[in-house]
Amino acid sequence: MTTVEAAPYTVEEVCERFDPVMGLEVHVELNTATKMFCGCRNEFGAEPNTNICPVCLGLPGALPRVNARAVESAVTIGLALNCSVRERSGFARKNYFYPDMPKNFQISQYEDPIVFDGYLDVPLDDGSTWRVEIERAHMEEDTGKSLHMGGATGRIHGADYSLLDYNRAGVPLIEIVTRPIVGAGTRAPEVARAYVSALRDVVKGLGVSDVRMDQGSMRCDANVSLMPKGSSTFGTRTETKNVNSLRSVERAVRYEMGRQAGVLLSGGTVRQETRHFDEQSGTTSPGRAKETLADYRYFPEPDLVPIEPSAEWVEGLRKELPERPWERRARIQSDWGLSDEELRDLVNADALDLVAATVDAGASSESARSWWVSYLAQQANTQGVALTELAITPEQVARVIALVSEGTLTNKLARQVVDGVLAGEGSPDDVVAGRGLAVVSDDSALTAAVDEALAAQPAVAEKIRAGKTKAAGAIVGAVMKATRGQADAARVNELVLERVGASS
Amino acid sequence: MSDITRSDVAHLARLARLAVTDDELDVFSGQLDAILDTVGRVSEIDDDVPPTSHVAPLTNVLRADEPEPSLDREAVLAGAPAAEEGRFRVPRILGEEP
Repeated sequence: MTTVEAAPYTVEEVCERFDPVMGLEVHVELNTATKMFCGCRNEFGAEPNTNICPVCLGLPGALPRVNARAVESAVTIGLALNCSVRERSGFARKNYFYPDMPKNFQISQYEDPIVFDGYLDVPLDDGSTWRVEIERAHMEEDTGKSLHMGGATGRIHGADYSLLDYNRAGVPLIEIVTRPIVGAGTRAPEVARAYVSALRDVVKGLGVSDVRMDQGSMRCDANVSLMPKGSSTFGTRTETKNVNSLRSVERAVRYEMGRQAGVLLSGGTVRQETRHFDEQSGTTSPGRAKETLADYRYFPEPDLVPIEPSAEWVEGLRKELPERPWERRARIQSDWGLSDEELRDLVNADALDLVAATVDAGASSESARSWWVSYLAQQANTQGVALTELAITPEQVARVIALVSEGTLTNKLARQVVDGVLAGEGSPDDVVAGRGLAVVSDDSALTAAVDEALAAQPAVAEKIRAGKTKAAGAIVGAVMKATRGQADAARVNELVLERVGASS
Repeated sequence: MSDITRSDVAHLARLARLAVTDDELDVFSGQLDAILDTVGRVSEIDDDVPPTSHVAPLTNVLRADEPEPSLDREAVLAGAPAAEEGRFRVPRILGEEP
């Protein structure tokens, strides 16, 4: 039975009486080639149960081995979040029975997570910054995926049986846990969304995860509680699980604040439980009462020895940290002289990285920007693909721009070259050669074409000779037509004036 | 001095998915009490001795992130009580994910 409880209070009303406290747990799936503890491939969307082995299936006698790259990614994430790296860190078994975990325990970290005590300065909508403190980030493994069969909805309730795919079981996960976020008041929902958004940008910038919330490679659990205004004793919290979009993070926090205020103000008590967020209605509904930590019976993983990252190695990783995405955006904005709106257009079009790479390949920021946000954006739109999925690289775009600026191509020809690259005809130079698109820069060929056009239009030639140099346009047009647009119009104009003996 | 009650044993048995009879609750609570008392002597050691989780003096045993062959799906599923659509088939799941 599902009952949708109303959330009777708005965030403003809630905050007249209460202060909200939030804790956010974000799981990030790493994009390593293999799983956390075995050499099975870590890939999204593979045929079910094709990436499984004795280790991730928990077969007797199988022994886990730690993926070095996953440890590196975990430390990199920690450093990007201003965390300390633990000198000696170990794995632990978290015991529970559930069909999506074939071993009947999850290898995680408990008392000694690999990184701890950090923070992230989160940009808010009004340009201010909110510091979210990070308690810890630890390594663990993902679970399998279940498909609930029978029943009407494909949901667990009412299903007749379930089908399990263990391809995801054992995929490296980093769980990033904040300290309680206190004092955000009515902005709590916004802070929650902004934090997850900033975290996503940072991790994406590190290149260690796809951080696709829609594909589950980034997932958020939101803990929310209320305490009476002025109190410093936290209230009972609920944990809303698997909130899977930025918008949902904000909505789930807002809904829980309103719901809990309703419970408390009507004299009730908030039950400590997990809750499920419903994307459709924007509400949460109760799940099971939360097990206590002791019920997981954590103990040190006997099959894995501790990790002791050397200081030199950690410092090496720290040196390689990229700029924070929003700092990079600010730098790019000032380097390229963009208005806020122009920058926002680039970011919204998902073109910033493409334009930056095109500039890195030698193009000016103006021409790179112009190509990506106009002609290429149109082509992507026509093809129904994302800009990043167009079959042209920033290097190729930079090459086209260079061909234009050195006079080999006109803008019109350049678009045809781009069409050719998109159609799979090879590099820009291949297309120029293949389609014979270069500007006719051979003056003798152009001169012949000019003479022919002048002879064909003697009246126009006479006008030009009489000083009406603007009349040359008709001749230029005829020459452009004759050369199928492959002439440089400015040069043709010069030649026309030369041939009739007029000076410009 | 530990004090394992019948209800502690029943709780642990449930977590471990073990069926325990009423008589066994009495037997096990007494036995577990004795075991915990014995193990509890470890706590008499000075606090500055770090806990030992591994006796082998090894650290950083790591594997390169390189794919290795996985098992053949049909062979694996053949070992399962039931399979369907390339997946393991399990009875209806009653509780929610912990």
